[in-house]
Amino acid sequence: MLVWLILIPLVGGVLAWLFDRAGNRWPRWISLFAFGIDLALVLLLWVEHPGEVDLTANRAWFAEIQVPWISSMGITIHLAIDGISLLLVMLSCFLGIMATIASWTEIRERVGLFHFNLTWTVAGIIGVFLSLDLFLFYFFWELMLIPMYFLIALWGHENRSYASVKFFLFTQVGGLAMLLGILGIYFVHGRQTGIYTFDYSELLGTRMSPNTALLLMLSFLAAFLVKLPALPFHAWLPDAHTEAPTGGSVILAGLLLKTGAYGILRFAVPLFPGAALQIAPWAMMVGVIGILYGAVLAFAQTDLKRLVAYTSVSHMGFVLLGIFAWNELALQGVIIQMLCHGISAGALFMLVGSLQERLRTRDTRRMGGLWPVAPRTGGAMLFFALASLGLPGMGNFVGEFLVLLGTYRVSILLTVIAAGGFIVSTVYALWMIQRALYGPNEEGWRIPDLSMREVGAMTAMVLAILWLGLYPRPFIHTAGHGLDQIQKIVRQARADRTIMPPIESARVR
Amino acid sequence: MSIPLMPILPLIVVSATSVVIMLVVACYRDHRLTHVLTLTGLALAFATLPAISSQVPAQVTPLFLIDGYALFYSGLILLSALVVALLSYDYLEGRREDPAEYYILLLIATLGSMVLVAASHFASFFLGLEVLSISLYALIAYDRRPLMAEAAVKYLVLAAASASFLLFGMALVYAQLGTMSFSEIASKLASAGATDLVCVVATVMIIVGIGFKLALVPFHMWTPDVYQGAPAPITAFIATVSKGAVFALLLRYFSGMDLHAYGPLFAIFTIIAIVSMFAGNLLALFQTNIKRLLAYSSIAHLGYLLVAFLSSGPLRVSAVTFYLVAYFVMTLGAFGVVTVLSGKENDADRIEEYHGLFTRRPGLAGIFTVMLLSLAGMPLTAGFIGKFYLVAAGVGSMLWLLVITLLVNSAIGLFYYLRVIAVMFVREPEPGVTLPARLLTGGFVLAALFVILIWLGVYPTPLLEMIQAIKLGAG
Repeated sequence: MLVWLILIPLVGGVLAWLFDRAGNRWPRWISLFAFGIDLALVLLLWVEHPGEVDLTANRAWFAEIQVPWISSMGITIHLAIDGISLLLVMLSCFLGIMATIASWTEIRERVGLFHFNLTWTVAGIIGVFLSLDLFLFYFFWELMLIPMYFLIALWGHENRSYASVKFFLFTQVGGLAMLLGILGIYFVHGRQTGIYTFDYSELLGTRMSPNTALLLMLSFLAAFLVKLPALPFHAWLPDAHTEAPTGGSVILAGLLLKTGAYGILRFAVPLFPGAALQIAPWAMMVGVIGILYGAVLAFAQTDLKRLVAYTSVSHMGFVLLGIFAWNELALQGVIIQMLCHGISAGALFMLVGSLQERLRTRDTRRMGGLWPVAPRTGGAMLFFALASLGLPGMGNFVGEFLVLLGTYRVSILLTVIAAGGFIVSTVYALWMIQRALYGPNEEGWRIPDLSMREVGAMTAMVLAILWLGLYPRPFIHTAGHGLDQIQKIVRQARADRTIMPPIESARVR
Repeated sequence: MSIPLMPILPLIVVSATSVVIMLVVACYRDHRLTHVLTLTGLALAFATLPAISSQVPAQVTPLFLIDGYALFYSGLILLSALVVALLSYDYLEGRREDPAEYYILLLIATLGSMVLVAASHFASFFLGLEVLSISLYALIAYDRRPLMAEAAVKYLVLAAASASFLLFGMALVYAQLGTMSFSEIASKLASAGATDLVCVVATVMIIVGIGFKLALVPFHMWTPDVYQGAPAPITAFIATVSKGAVFALLLRYFSGMDLHAYGPLFAIFTIIAIVSMFAGNLLALFQTNIKRLLAYSSIAHLGYLLVAFLSSGPLRVSAVTFYLVAYFVMTLGAFGVVTVLSGKENDADRIEEYHGLFTRRPGLAGIFTVMLLSLAGMPLTAGFIGKFYLVAAGVGSMLWLLVITLLVNSAIGLFYYLRVIAVMFVREPEPGVTLPARLLTGGFVLAALFVILIWLGVYPTPLLEMIQAIKLGAG
């Protein structure tokens, strides 16, 4: 079952490539179909396990599979899904469909290859969300990079080769640092217990000196913070997002960034609970700075895609803040925020992409007066801009509010500053609408409005955001069990730590 | 004293094949016949390996130690030679009338490499090295084009110089310790202590000799020119078989010694490794010639291998061996593509010839892409598992400086591999570049290499188990 979730897009990608010769229509439908089946599978799983796993059995996962792979190194194919992964996989399939739709008319060259890369990126991302073996995790982590690089490098806009190389370099260096961390914890654990394994559940609770833990944790964070992105590792993001084709931007903003957050949530904090506690104040501060910095810079952009890209930096700041506040409310907020940002940023990129396809520019200074020309585009854009600024009733509000509520218990000062982000985000969101849609239509644009296909996609996304905003309980409920588990692990590890620090430091190596 | 012949049967088969071809050629020259004979000989030699595996380890005279390690590397060398021979047929057809000598030389070079991996004595070490080198001089210049002559002369001069260093080093070791057998050298060195200056100097000279063959910085100057000048299949042979055999010998020679105990040697190797990685990758960034680019990248790859070589513990031999296998497959694959694309006049080594290859030859472009991604260490390919193994070996021995250098360099390496890949997909085909007609053998070989590469990247367990079963004797 879990293997299928990854295999279907992989196979779909190969088929899409093979059917390239049969006409451009084929790859699009195949990729749509592959994501559709995947989404159906996840939904099925969701219906079966709406929330609590039956606690009597004390199972941590909705579904789990473990088969040996490279046994001599203690590597297994260990996939498992809990509420957190389930929601994120669902988001992946949903956005996969959206990205395919967004590329429907935009991509006209090498269509088969494009969809091959698209499906493989998403398959890699789903793999990241499902792996519980650190080697496998690293495997998928790297796997999703290459097709993403090609998406930007081959189908991107003007400055694509610069952007794609920058993207690749940042993420690759981060990934390699994580590889060091993975091997570090592998050997630390192996030397202590004699069991050399990459298995997540075995490695949990590995004892190590605070300094070792801090170093290893930082090497993990290097990869995750680059992806998230947190200041000062965000430099790749505006370029990559701006230059990528629309489908690529949707995947980048909607999914790739979430893998960073997921990594911190699933691996960095539970594996190194002590070190996480140690750096939490700093990480939260970085998060808050990211919120404000992203919002202020977004306000200063004239390139519409760049603007949306910077709002991602701002929104992911909330995620970082919430994770390191590390309490139930904040974590729930993080989950909702990830889902909502995935959808709203994806939608904004699709809208900007469709504008660019029609206007051949992303420059807000040349836009204006588009509302009367294309009311459907305008309406959708206004909706997602409002979602992005955190209007109550939309999902993003719930996410950000919960994060702030959780942070309030940890640090009032940071909460106050972070709340300032709301103000700036209101400014940039309204400014964007103002400049692009209202005012005089100086260049005399005459463009076709959203097609039925795009309207369909937008409707789905609007409904999703409204659902998350008005009735987020099912989502919180689903993720709840997974969040409980993670928190339990960390609580326990921290409790152990306080009991016996002297023995522990002597035991290292 | 009778010498047991069974364990050295593969060596005998390969030498016999070259003799047979020589005799046949004297009566009847035919490219196809020679080709088939060569392939048969190599395949026969390979087929003897399983039969021998029950008799190892066997010391055959003081010169050869046939153990699992030697057999494994012999097998690797034979298969690679087979691939090179297969690729050579179409390449040579139409270039030369009757390239019989080419195959004879190829067989002899193979023989030299097999001697090297089984050598346990200075005499066999030097013998193997010279047999390999001398046949390579002729092979590099085989097509008699100016560039080739230049490459061959360069290789000749530098190889001769390095051989003299090597000999001098050997002589010093013999003068000091009174033995030429690897295992005795190791034990006597251990008792003599690490401080003996003459021994250190001698070992450094041996390292110089080996370093030339492996093209480690600062002994790498010949590499780009020879890679560029030599016929593409021979370049593949030099990059894989010749370097692999010498590296296997290096590992065996130092296997009896604890490198960490010899401070200066360890430092020298560390510096060589770091400089090789950086120089190889940084210089590769500026290349516009595919063969030169691969030359510099191979310098860096040998540097990566040194990281595992310098580590200690159970992972050492298996990491080196696995990476070498992966390196053989991807290098043969990459040069295989170059070979297949080469026209009658020149090798396809200018990057312009790869512009838009994807639209014209999607299969070849796809294989080349995967080979390059494997060289860059991307997942789903053998290069990923191999690099992971190297890093694991390094981290296991806490060689942080080397490991971090390796990681930084993999990031640098990505740049130029990706550039070549992007060129194949993005650019429009350069006008005036003609592609050769469809080549069946070459395509088949490349497809096989591709399958092996992916298979090793996805399910390496069988090979890993095989490698871990290998016992390495010091001879």
